[in-house]
Amino acid sequence: MVTLTIDGRTVTVPEGTTILEAARSVHLDIPSLCYLKDINEIGACRICIVEVEGYERLVPSCDNAVAEGMVVYTNSPRVREARRVNLRLLLSQHDTKCTQCTRSGNCRLQELCNDYNLLGDHYAKDLRPVPDDFSTPVIRLENRCIKCMRCIQVCDKIQSMNIWDVIGSGSRATVGVARHRSLAESDCTFCGQCITHCPVGGLQEHDDTGKVFDALADPNKITVVQVAPAVRAAWAEYYHLDPKFATAQRMVTGLKHMGFDYVFDTNFAADLTIMEEGSEFLQRFTHRERYTWPMFTSCCPGWVRFVKGQFPQYTQNLSTAKSPQQMFGAVAKSYFAQKLGVDPHNIFVASIMPCTAKKSEAKLPTMRDACGDPDVDVVLTTREMVRMFRGEQVNPAVMAETPFDSPLGTGTGAAVIFGATGGVMDAALRSAYYLVTGSNPDPDAFHSVRGMDGWKEAVFTIPGAGDVRVAVVSGLGNTRRLMEALESGRASYDFVEVMACPGGCAAGGGQPIHDGVEMAESRGGVLWNLDADATIRFSHENPDVQALYASYLERPLGEKSHHLLHTQHDAWKMPNQQ
Amino acid sequence: MSRLDIKSPSRAQTVVDNLYRDVERRIAASPPGLCPVDMSRSFLQLCHAQSCGKCVPCRIGLGQLSMLIGQVLDGTGTMETIDIIEKTARTIVNTADCAIGRDAARLVVDGLEGFRDDYEEHVKHHRCLAGLQNPVPCVSLCPAGVDIPGYVALVGEGRYADAVRLIRKDNPMPVSCAYICEHPCEARCRRNMIDDAINIRGLKRYAVDHAGDVPNPPNAPSTGKRVAIIGGGPSGLSCAYYLTLMGHQVTIYEERKQLGGMLRYGIPSYRYPRHLLDREIQSILSTGIEVHTSITVGKDITFDEIHQKYDCLYIAIGAQQDKKTGIPGEDSRNVISAVEMLRAIGDDHMPDFSGKNVVVIGGGNVAMDVTRSSIRLGADKVTCVYRRRVEDMTALPDEVTGALAEGAELMTLAAPVRIEADENGVAQALWVQPQIIGETDKSGRPRPNKAALDEVRIPADIIVVAIGQGIEIQGFTQSGIPIKRGTFVAASSSQVDNMDNVFAGGDCVTGPATAIRAIAAGKVAAANIDEQLGFCHEIRVDVDVPAPRLNNRPPHGRINTTEREAYERKHDFCDIECGMTEEGARTEASRCLRCDHFGYGIFKGGRIEKW
Repeated sequence: MVTLTIDGRTVTVPEGTTILEAARSVHLDIPSLCYLKDINEIGACRICIVEVEGYERLVPSCDNAVAEGMVVYTNSPRVREARRVNLRLLLSQHDTKCTQCTRSGNCRLQELCNDYNLLGDHYAKDLRPVPDDFSTPVIRLENRCIKCMRCIQVCDKIQSMNIWDVIGSGSRATVGVARHRSLAESDCTFCGQCITHCPVGGLQEHDDTGKVFDALADPNKITVVQVAPAVRAAWAEYYHLDPKFATAQRMVTGLKHMGFDYVFDTNFAADLTIMEEGSEFLQRFTHRERYTWPMFTSCCPGWVRFVKGQFPQYTQNLSTAKSPQQMFGAVAKSYFAQKLGVDPHNIFVASIMPCTAKKSEAKLPTMRDACGDPDVDVVLTTREMVRMFRGEQVNPAVMAETPFDSPLGTGTGAAVIFGATGGVMDAALRSAYYLVTGSNPDPDAFHSVRGMDGWKEAVFTIPGAGDVRVAVVSGLGNTRRLMEALESGRASYDFVEVMACPGGCAAGGGQPIHDGVEMAESRGGVLWNLDADATIRFSHENPDVQALYASYLERPLGEKSHHLLHTQHDAWKMPNQQ
Repeated sequence: MSRLDIKSPSRAQTVVDNLYRDVERRIAASPPGLCPVDMSRSFLQLCHAQSCGKCVPCRIGLGQLSMLIGQVLDGTGTMETIDIIEKTARTIVNTADCAIGRDAARLVVDGLEGFRDDYEEHVKHHRCLAGLQNPVPCVSLCPAGVDIPGYVALVGEGRYADAVRLIRKDNPMPVSCAYICEHPCEARCRRNMIDDAINIRGLKRYAVDHAGDVPNPPNAPSTGKRVAIIGGGPSGLSCAYYLTLMGHQVTIYEERKQLGGMLRYGIPSYRYPRHLLDREIQSILSTGIEVHTSITVGKDITFDEIHQKYDCLYIAIGAQQDKKTGIPGEDSRNVISAVEMLRAIGDDHMPDFSGKNVVVIGGGNVAMDVTRSSIRLGADKVTCVYRRRVEDMTALPDEVTGALAEGAELMTLAAPVRIEADENGVAQALWVQPQIIGETDKSGRPRPNKAALDEVRIPADIIVVAIGQGIEIQGFTQSGIPIKRGTFVAASSSQVDNMDNVFAGGDCVTGPATAIRAIAAGKVAAANIDEQLGFCHEIRVDVDVPAPRLNNRPPHGRINTTEREAYERKHDFCDIECGMTEEGARTEASRCLRCDHFGYGIFKGGRIEKW
């Protein structure tokens, strides 16, 4: 342990602790901007600088360890002046049109400049005259970027994709796509973790709210919206509502208020996915020799892009089942259109997703199976939905609850957990067990795949089928380690669930942003509680799914299912495969 | 008012003169990977400030060029902008009245020739092709990428054995490099911006001199793969060391009686004491390497035989063949090559030069080695004859001054024309044609031209030719290994084109170069041979590098090593250098700016933990 003095207070912390963390341990909050604990401790912004006795120059507190007897001042006049100057320097290259920025009110730079009472401009504005690229789901805005380097670090250290890098040197050094590519030309998975870790509005999702407003205003369109499981755990954070109050049903009221004709639940499609993917797994598992192993889940589009771009030889190991989002779209523009007796071309399907990669999934040429149009027309992130709510003056705090519409609005406890790491595996095993044995397992029998570990393993025995070796991994860095272990033979499984974002969709790249706070665990907890409280906890017991099979699809893996609910992952290429 | 005044610089001028020196050192410390277009523009602005303002092209043109390049950098320029820059720069070169304008514009013209693609990348894609690959200057300039800030910090804490272990992660010959490395790591040391580069080699020497016996890490489990290495010099030994650690079975085939290559047969023991070399080689061999000495490939065993017997092959035969001057009389008796002479010394066959007049032809490090060895062998007078000037010599300046201190004579601007022999064919004298230094060639070195002076006779009992080495490719001509301009052709991975399991590196690929480049090639080959054999063994070391201390680091002189008195050292082959004291080593280590932590290093590339 090391004892030092910070602002006159004696502080004792373990050796190797940074000055910044030592101060925060006693609630002395040294302001920081680029700092992201364990990920970006590089002293780039020089906001967290402090004065240390005996040192002529100021010291960044985020990347310097405490020393015995050190005397630190976190708020001396020199420190205050330096912070103010460095903030003003940042502002000189920051496009301060806060009124036109999605991060206004949730921006670390804005907060610090307000805190430090920076009135007036001291430096000439020095913005770069370069055009921004709006062609991908992830958008980078050069003149909003403060070069904190967090995106580079998250992409390197957490996601192992190394998409972002420092480009150029000197005054023009900036963040760009590594290896002289544009984002569209790169093998980016569009997971969006760079966005959720950006302290300002430098990175954001492609805004598609306008397309949805247009559709809502079009009298010829029947507007249908689906809401992914993880969205319900996060949508009301902007309104600071208790998750227990901010139910999915209150969100339905908001979406209805905006004018959607039908508000459905992606949970319905998640249950459908389990029927197809679970059956597919059993089909493969009982004919082992015909397939390459393990089988991978395919519901995460970031992961699908990852495997195609990084380990293309494993593409055939992906379940051919589409993701819930795409199953929903295909069913909405076939079965549901037929049920309504309308031309499917007049149905507009919007999705609310915790995800940015879903935007690219919906645009794939292989995702137009129902009527030739894209099965899903527009994908909005949770953040975009909240922005639409705000524009429509939706106030969830005073809204009543409205149930999801029928017939695509019913979901089980097994579906809602798709939004948390381990959830898909848990749900699939519950139904696979039933499909083999004819009886339900304890719904919590597979609990060992839950939890926040990045790479979990378990073996379950399904009587009549045998031992199933499963793995659940989240975060692409963990995924890469797992893939390398598979490649080298150091690991071997039958069924693997992969989620690109650490902790699963709960912490997806499209979810609300809380600077410096990882939300996967608390949001995931909301979802697991919803499952525990659900009356139906098995996908195969979803009555609307049963009705869909009875009246339309006939059976899992049947001809209609094959056409609408399954896809060929090798029918399109990643940019780096071309 | 006085009629004349004594010139004394103003206070401002004195300060500016100091700033010039600071900037000079600063430019020398530029890290590799900076945007070349941005640097050009910055140089141009400096040059523009030097303009007196009399002439149009310089006064106005340089500013316009700078603005145009600014447009390229800002992404507002077009391809036409580049054409205008070129036209303008050429006009300034053609019309400026003096060097201030002309050579400023020439920087731009040279840039357009050298990195036009980077200009175009800025225009077309608003980005730069350059990039900081390795932000720690010393590490990036070390061919083997040794963790220099790491071991400097360890020396500072007195952890010498750990320093050696850390070095061995990237370079299995720390002792060799501690004594004879040309230390490219020091060239761009960021400390230059404050005062002077860290004495990195000196610190390494302190570490190896005080580390004691440092055991090697254990080998990985045996892979059952067998690799042959042809040539037991620094490259072959390095490759063998890493491959053995990775669990492969390695056999070295060496033509000479002993291992070490040029470290033994090229470098005199006064620079690198033999017992230290022997100990370092023994340490490497103790990992379990099989060695066959006195085996010449192509004579005692064919290349094909080795090729068939092993899973992979690394060729590191060095550059052991002496080059001839081609002047008449070169085949006279007592005309020997440097290679021949140093090779004999390497096997302890000391020629007796007592009372002899020795003439050495050449101006490189090898010429200095034979010059200084000749002095130690008792020569009466040793004259080093060189075509160009002292400042054009490729030998390290320290080597030249060392030789001069020991009594060598330098005869510069003298081109050998013939060797005079007596009736028995014994060399009597070297005739040289005096030269005058001329225009600079493309590589930036001024060319020697024949001066309007008569030939000069230099009496000589022994003439040593030290004008470079070639590769002994004889045993490999049938092997199918591509050869270009006398060297083997191999990729940057060391792999030989079209031969999956044959790799080559070191001097036999690069031509005569430094030990550290040969070691680095051996490391690269080991990594890629491991991959080729279907493995991915990681080389790492569990040494904790001390955390950097906060330090104000005011300017402080560099601690240099000293040499034994010339009067004494010129009589023996013992080590000439005196290592640092403990006090000196600790002080010098504390000068390190720790670029692995401060600056870009903490963000990216500060420490490469494994390979």
